[in-house]
Amino acid sequence: MIELILKRVALGILTLLLVSALIFAGTQLLPGDVASAILGQNATPQSLAALRQDLGLDLPAWQRYLTWLQGFATGDLGMSLANRQPVADLLWPRFGNTMALAAYAAIVSVPIAVLLGLAAAVRRGGIFDRGINIVALAFVSLPEYFLGLLLILFLSVQFNLLPSLADTYAGMSFPDWLRATTLPALTLVLVTVAQMMRMTRTAVLSVMDQAYVETAFLKGLRTKRVVLRHALPNAAAPIVNVVAFNIAYLITGVVLVEAIFNYNGLGRFMVDAVAKRDLPLVQAAAMVFGAAYVILNSIADIAAIALNPRLRHPR
Amino acid sequence: MSNNQSPFALSRRQFMAGAAGLGLTTLASGLIVPQAFAQEATPKRGGVLKLGIGGGSTTDTFDIRVLNDWVPVNQAYMTFNGLVEIDKDNQVQPELFESWEPSADAKEWTFKIRQGVTFHDGKTLTAEDILYSLNLHRGEASTSAARSTAGQFADVVKVSDTEIKIVLDSGNADLPYILSDYHFLIVPEGFEDWTKPIGTGPFKLESYEPGVRARFTRNESYWKPNTAWVDAVEVIVINDIAARTNAMMSGQVHAINQLDFKTVDLLKRNPNLEVVQSAGGQHFTFLMDCTQGPYTDNNVRMAIKYAIDREQLLTTALRGYGKLGNDHPIPVTDPFYAADLPQRAYDPEKSKFYLKEAGLDSLDIELSASDAAFSGAVDAAAIFQSSAAASGINLSIKREPSDGYWSNVWMKAPFSMGYWGGRPTADQMLTIAYSSTSAQNDTHWKNETFDAKLVEARALLDNAKRKEIYAELQQLISDDGGAMIPMFGDYLDAVSTKLGGVTTHPMFNFMGARLAEKVWLEA
Repeated sequence: MIELILKRVALGILTLLLVSALIFAGTQLLPGDVASAILGQNATPQSLAALRQDLGLDLPAWQRYLTWLQGFATGDLGMSLANRQPVADLLWPRFGNTMALAAYAAIVSVPIAVLLGLAAAVRRGGIFDRGINIVALAFVSLPEYFLGLLLILFLSVQFNLLPSLADTYAGMSFPDWLRATTLPALTLVLVTVAQMMRMTRTAVLSVMDQAYVETAFLKGLRTKRVVLRHALPNAAAPIVNVVAFNIAYLITGVVLVEAIFNYNGLGRFMVDAVAKRDLPLVQAAAMVFGAAYVILNSIADIAAIALNPRLRHPR
Repeated sequence: MSNNQSPFALSRRQFMAGAAGLGLTTLASGLIVPQAFAQEATPKRGGVLKLGIGGGSTTDTFDIRVLNDWVPVNQAYMTFNGLVEIDKDNQVQPELFESWEPSADAKEWTFKIRQGVTFHDGKTLTAEDILYSLNLHRGEASTSAARSTAGQFADVVKVSDTEIKIVLDSGNADLPYILSDYHFLIVPEGFEDWTKPIGTGPFKLESYEPGVRARFTRNESYWKPNTAWVDAVEVIVINDIAARTNAMMSGQVHAINQLDFKTVDLLKRNPNLEVVQSAGGQHFTFLMDCTQGPYTDNNVRMAIKYAIDREQLLTTALRGYGKLGNDHPIPVTDPFYAADLPQRAYDPEKSKFYLKEAGLDSLDIELSASDAAFSGAVDAAAIFQSSAAASGINLSIKREPSDGYWSNVWMKAPFSMGYWGGRPTADQMLTIAYSSTSAQNDTHWKNETFDAKLVEARALLDNAKRKEIYAELQQLISDDGGAMIPMFGDYLDAVSTKLGGVTTHPMFNFMGARLAEKVWLEA
């Protein structure tokens, strides 16, 4: 068990290392660099050369990568090239914002998804099951930016119930914060609930078809007890998996949602950094996203092992 | 001095019809005073003005030397004052300079400093502060974006406590206009901590998160009469055009800048807002490099200038929110605009004629296009492609990525697209993009007559004579230059009907980036 977990952690670190190298290589392929992005239409060859030297962009790419990696390994995220502020100061508050929004969405969506999934599984083939499936499929197939714009159109522009700008700032009260972030959170909830709900339903149903469940019913147990005590624990692994996957998505997939609602999170920040070719910022943000993804997936894997007696006690 | 004496009268028809039709009476009743009434109503003090501005990033600062986008520029005008100000009629007005006097050759200018002005920290404005601020843009070590503009100041000296003198390399009758550049703002002598800006401006910075939001409160001892009506200003940076529009539609902000030409007509249906359309110098260009074949031949350049359907381009790409261009960069709003120059029209026959003159039956060319040049540039290229086909010009469009467009394509590709924001004077516009020595001469067009006349006109204080020369120069560019300039785009903002004092302005969006200072909140 411990060995398995250690293995997962080692694999995760290797993945992150590969991600960092890929991101670095990717940003090198993009046309232009931070110097030309800063100077824009006002760039002259002299000012470009001066700025590049100033920022250390005249060094070879591999050398810059190694310098960055060395700093990263020792916990130093470096300085932003564009405004010479420590990356950490810019990054962590926005990471906090992204996590807060993800948490808000997850707290709402996970219980709803699991309950709806269970209900649909129990009433397999009924009106409720079919109805909820159609609705779920509809939301899954709508891209989040479209869904976000629809919500803005109806809830914000037409009926003025909620603000279309997720305008948050330090020192705002919690109810204000909730109000400001409800639309983006709702968009994320709608996108993620559908998938988790369908997965829960499928997982529970596949267990419900097994002989021991039938035996439980034949013993005269009530549906509720069969589902909660006998079926659900055995269906837990795939559910936890899809939940972890969706939470990872809530953290890493919010770029578009943040843009639509103008939310000051890590996704918007990263887009900004890429546009400015601000490599330390891009790298740091990519590593945070990568780490969130790897960690949540590892948790899902480990949970699957922990929840499955056959994997827990391999023969 | 004050610029808000006559609020821009906008159509109220949609407001009345829309408010009744949509049943939005809860929003409308009592809260919105139609502008027609506001015109007579006196300005009101108080309230918090919320602005949704596009064009900001986490790298923004208040450093007056590097201001380069709309959010920092608007914020700088809330905090600092300039030396002069351009009014809504494109005329230069005094600001921290109270009056000025040029020498006969326009080489030496004496400026009177406004007295009794104080900075946010209580210090009184002196000649030394102005010298220090101007010198930030001068000298070898300066990192200022206005360095080349300030390069013509041979000397800036204090004459007395109330006067300073600027000596120029060569005569320039437009010096006061040149001083309206948004980098020439005034800070106290020795000021260096740009994270805590101190100016003489209408508002004081309260909190600041670059690229996200900022809050300003009124400078209670502001010197300029009839301005700074609101108690506080909140700037929310909204770079995404859809998010900005939504914020305006849902009433979360009182004004947004830079509307999308494609959706303005839809936005106008909303009864709670007004669209402010300002004609100005912003224009869109198709740039032919005069040093690269086939554009070295003026016949080819003329063939291309006659091969574009300008009317169609204007109505399609800009939805009509602009003016036709005549292949030179001077807008109708400029006092030196050559009104007598006939408008060049779409004429495939003439275009063919010029191709024949160049010894060609047809022409195969490639246009490098990207929406980095302006929003809708790629569509504009496609429109040109179809109109050019009629004169035997086979245009292929090469889509370039927006990222790095200005460093990799602009001024490098033989035929590319670009844009220029307006400049306060004809001289500045002509100098930066068409004089043979300019680093930003983006068509590589060189013409000795042009260069000589440009310098001549610059030093003239006689406006009639100047107008004559500038008309010649516009014709020269139009008939010989490498830029095909099919259209000028208007500056488009949306403002809430609750805002009073809003006017159009020929320089930039948001009333020359000074909206916060001028407007008030009704009710």
